[in-house]
Amino acid sequence: MLSVITFLPLLACALLLLLPRALADRTYIRVWIATAAVDLALVVAVWIDFDPGEGMQYQQRVRWIPSAGVGYHVGVDGLSLPLVALTCLLFLAVAVYSLKERQRVRGYVCLFLFLQSVSLGLFVAQDLILFFVFFDLSIVGMFFVIAGWGHGERGRAAAQKFFLYTFIGSLALLLGFIGLYLAAEPHTFDLVDLTRANPLAGRGPYAGLVLLAIGVGLAVKTPTVPFHTWLPPAHTDAPAAGSAILAGILLKMGTYGFVRIAMPLLPGSWRQYALVIVVVGAVSVVYGALVALAQTDFKRMIAYTSVNHMGYVVLAVGAAGTLAGTDAQARSLAVTGAVTQMVSHGLITGALFLLSGVLYDRGRTYAIDAYSGLAAHTPRFAGVTAVAAFAGLGIPGFSGFIAEFQIFTGSLASQAIATAIALTGILITAALFLRALRSMFLGVPRLPRTVPTGGISDLERTETVPTVTLLAVALVIGVVPRWLLDVIEPASRTVIELVAR
Amino acid sequence: MSAVIWLLISLPLGAGAVLGVTGARYNRLVPALGVAVAVATLGVAVAASVVLPRTSAPLFAGLRAGLAVDGLSAFMVVTVAAVTTAVLAFAAGEFGPDENRGRFFGLMLVFSGSMLATVTATTLPLLLMAWEVMGATSWALIGYWWRRPERARAADVAFLTTRTADLGLYLAAGAAMAGGAGSLDLQALPDATSPWLHVITAGVVVAALGKSAQLPFSFWLSRAMQGPSPVSALLHSATMVAAGAYLLLRLHPLLAATGWAGPLVAWTGAATALCLGVVAVAQRDLKQLLAASTSSQLGFMVLAAGSGGIAAGTTQFVAHAATKSGLFLAAGAWLTALGTKRLPALRGAARTHRLVGVAFAVGALTLAGLPPLSLWAAKDEVLASAHAESTGLYAVGLAAAAVAAVYSVKALWYVTRPLPDDPAAGYDTERDGTRRTARTTPGPLLVLTFAAAVLGVLALPGPASWLKRLVGAPDEPSPKPWELGLSAGVAFAAAGLAWWWASRPAPVPRPVVRWARGWLHLERAAQALVIRPVLGLARALAVFDDRVVDGAVRRVARGGLATARIAGRVDDGGIDAAVGQTARGGLAGARLAGRLDDGGIDAAVEAVAAGARGLGRAARRPQTGLLHQYYAQAAVGFAVLVLIVLLVR
Repeated sequence: MLSVITFLPLLACALLLLLPRALADRTYIRVWIATAAVDLALVVAVWIDFDPGEGMQYQQRVRWIPSAGVGYHVGVDGLSLPLVALTCLLFLAVAVYSLKERQRVRGYVCLFLFLQSVSLGLFVAQDLILFFVFFDLSIVGMFFVIAGWGHGERGRAAAQKFFLYTFIGSLALLLGFIGLYLAAEPHTFDLVDLTRANPLAGRGPYAGLVLLAIGVGLAVKTPTVPFHTWLPPAHTDAPAAGSAILAGILLKMGTYGFVRIAMPLLPGSWRQYALVIVVVGAVSVVYGALVALAQTDFKRMIAYTSVNHMGYVVLAVGAAGTLAGTDAQARSLAVTGAVTQMVSHGLITGALFLLSGVLYDRGRTYAIDAYSGLAAHTPRFAGVTAVAAFAGLGIPGFSGFIAEFQIFTGSLASQAIATAIALTGILITAALFLRALRSMFLGVPRLPRTVPTGGISDLERTETVPTVTLLAVALVIGVVPRWLLDVIEPASRTVIELVAR
Repeated sequence: MSAVIWLLISLPLGAGAVLGVTGARYNRLVPALGVAVAVATLGVAVAASVVLPRTSAPLFAGLRAGLAVDGLSAFMVVTVAAVTTAVLAFAAGEFGPDENRGRFFGLMLVFSGSMLATVTATTLPLLLMAWEVMGATSWALIGYWWRRPERARAADVAFLTTRTADLGLYLAAGAAMAGGAGSLDLQALPDATSPWLHVITAGVVVAALGKSAQLPFSFWLSRAMQGPSPVSALLHSATMVAAGAYLLLRLHPLLAATGWAGPLVAWTGAATALCLGVVAVAQRDLKQLLAASTSSQLGFMVLAAGSGGIAAGTTQFVAHAATKSGLFLAAGAWLTALGTKRLPALRGAARTHRLVGVAFAVGALTLAGLPPLSLWAAKDEVLASAHAESTGLYAVGLAAAAVAAVYSVKALWYVTRPLPDDPAAGYDTERDGTRRTARTTPGPLLVLTFAAAVLGVLALPGPASWLKRLVGAPDEPSPKPWELGLSAGVAFAAAGLAWWWASRPAPVPRPVVRWARGWLHLERAAQALVIRPVLGLARALAVFDDRVVDGAVRRVARGGLATARIAGRVDDGGIDAAVGQTARGGLAGARLAGRLDDGGIDAAVEAVAAGARGLGRAARRPQTGLLHQYYAQAAVGFAVLVLIVLLVR
């Protein structure tokens, strides 16, 4: 079942490539929408059938390269299922949003289908090499999206930077994986087996080095300060759909790696270096928020808020590794909050990036001070963006609050000072979102000169449906979160037990 | 049973969300719908205050979302729902068909629903949720007329200031989890272990002071006056600002558990009551005066909470809610009719709009604390609690009561002056006035004013002891007769003095007046101490990020390129040259070998071949075919053989 979900988009991609070139642009997108919808339906079926108390489910093991201890092993548990569902939903939203795409649509659709398969594959992978392959392929796919459909020459430069930076990060990751492989007896890359074996228990500096390699690899992808500088140019110059996927899904690969690989496989070192992780998280929160506050470019600002939001996740997983003076309830709350934050950030920031695409489409610029009083011309756009911004600044009623409240409440006990400092992040994000809303949408109406003389049009249906859907899901999670938390909580308790051994 | 309480919350929240989404589409229907929902909510609130329901639902792992109406909440929900109804009924005539009524009524209902959730929440997570939604909707309501940049900025200031204080509640939630109050139940908070108990208390106190516009956060309330008057009538009198005082009343056991928090809260409340009262006296704008007076009156509630006067604080809350909403509605009615809220321009306004004038006069006299109106009685309850705590608190509170009489009478004095010769000269400073009051104005205004006048009955001995039992504080002190007499005397004296002095300039130096008129320059201080440094830091960090962090990455990349170039040069000059030379050497060797091949081996082969050919040729010669020659050859051969045999042997 999981393999079907994973490779269905790739199959559709292959079919599209085999078909003659004469198809209309819209047909390609429709095929994509249909594929994404079917995939989402399959995931919903898995979700309904999923029993949160059972741990890893829907497992499938196939021999792949047995001589090197590599196997095709997939499965989902409470940590990965929400991200698998998020991937399907976000790709569907992006597909609908892309209905207005006119530029080399065939390649565009194929790339996104490829990216969807790769992303799903990463979240269901239960083998380190399988994980690594999807991790790297995601970089390749996104490179072509940014270089091919980004903003001109700058887009290509940003794509190059993105590729090289994250690729180097993935090499560090591979190094760490090999370190784990060599330590395991018998040698294996299988995640489930490695988790059970805990091969680096009591291996001191060697385990520390492996954690360093894996940690740096994931930190580049997440990204955390100071490995984040590839993110702003990549986002600013990527097409809106690419930004939404990059922020919504690809960044999660880093944070997901922390809870899936680093914590359960290296519990001793994780506990030992928890303080470092917490500090990196807290610095990312405050630094990301402050630098975002100083931005004058709307999309770049959202990109930096991603650093801030991912910082909460890192803070929480670090705090969950601190055993002193805290009970399991708080630590499990922190991990649940971290996973919820991954989902929440995907929904809300995905919507925000799609909306920034609308902004660029209308005004040909992201500069905040180029616009004023947009609400007069585009009331629906203003309304949806305002809701997205408030969701982004963590107002209760949306998923962001559910995530951040659990992170703060769960982390404060073990890491009081870092958490208290990180708390200011929600205030700074509030300030920056309100400032952007006020200068762009409120006040006296004034449009940039780049807007065509015909004026500026409000959200079209292909723009409203995906953004409002994403925000609606965020709202549902924010108001009645139990259906999501029921799935995550048992898994985060398992992670906590694994880290504590 | 629990359905009542869920309905109480979800009715205004759900209906408000729906109305808000419809926007201006159903403008004609929206006011009626909004008022109908508010009336229904009021009905549910009354029902809830009778049956006192209690319920909860799972929210996070081990943390529940609890809702309950108890004695204290019962007063709150009925007051909130009643004021909401009155204000929405008033607003039905305030917003013309060309405005986005759906947004206004929707947001007001969402706001009201979150206030109801705040005062009924029994666990910290749900309280915090409702608390923050209130802040967010207040942003949208203050900035309702968003085309004016200063209004939007005012909304930002109000939201950000209150959210700064709200961080205290986040901190309190985490500290409660750490301190062993893992259920985050409000009742369990005082049982938390030290030092977390102090962190919880500090967080709660900061959040409450921020929301209630107490010192040093008061300035946001001044900015919030940029919003429509009905918003001020609901948010800045009865609900949002009162939420902070409510929280302190609710969590009084927590304040008591720490020892330091009660006095701190009480003194902050007393100081705010006095200082913001002075600020109110200095205002020349009616809404600003009312806003400062709200801070000051909330100071009495906070004072009550700090000194353990739960019933007193509740009485003050109810009486002030009715009084102040009525006054804000009156100010709003004049603002709509005359287009101004400046006090000098409002001279004679009570004479031209008599009904509004009468309501305003009653409200102002109530606010002044004159007997037998409600705030006089309520304030004495508060002062009795303060007196039981410390005489100093009582003295400050009494001084604040005198100041309240001064600013109330000042406002009244202006609006009851004889009409100037050219009254219209001062009008229309804010907007174009309609010169008449809407049909929906009198009803709500009179209801609120009537309530303001008579709610003092709650302080009569009978109702008072009933109220004390209801909120669970039966032994609270009641004011003694001499205290009642003293406060009445102080109020009358201050009011009379203010009336007599009203036309003359204040007997204090100009800078002091400017300082008080500028709300003690609190916002300027916040700008200088917090906002500008943070913005500066943000800008510096952005530069740091570009130049240093990303610069390092670029340098590494450049370093990589340079290394590659060096490697390339080494490659070209060294390895490749060596390879080239090797190749050249190889070639030369090959050529040599070729030459050797041609001249030596091949020549030898050729020579052998030629030799073989020669031998062959030579061997052909004897084969002549002539028998005699073969014979001769055989003979020679035989001779040779014989010779060899002979020689060898």
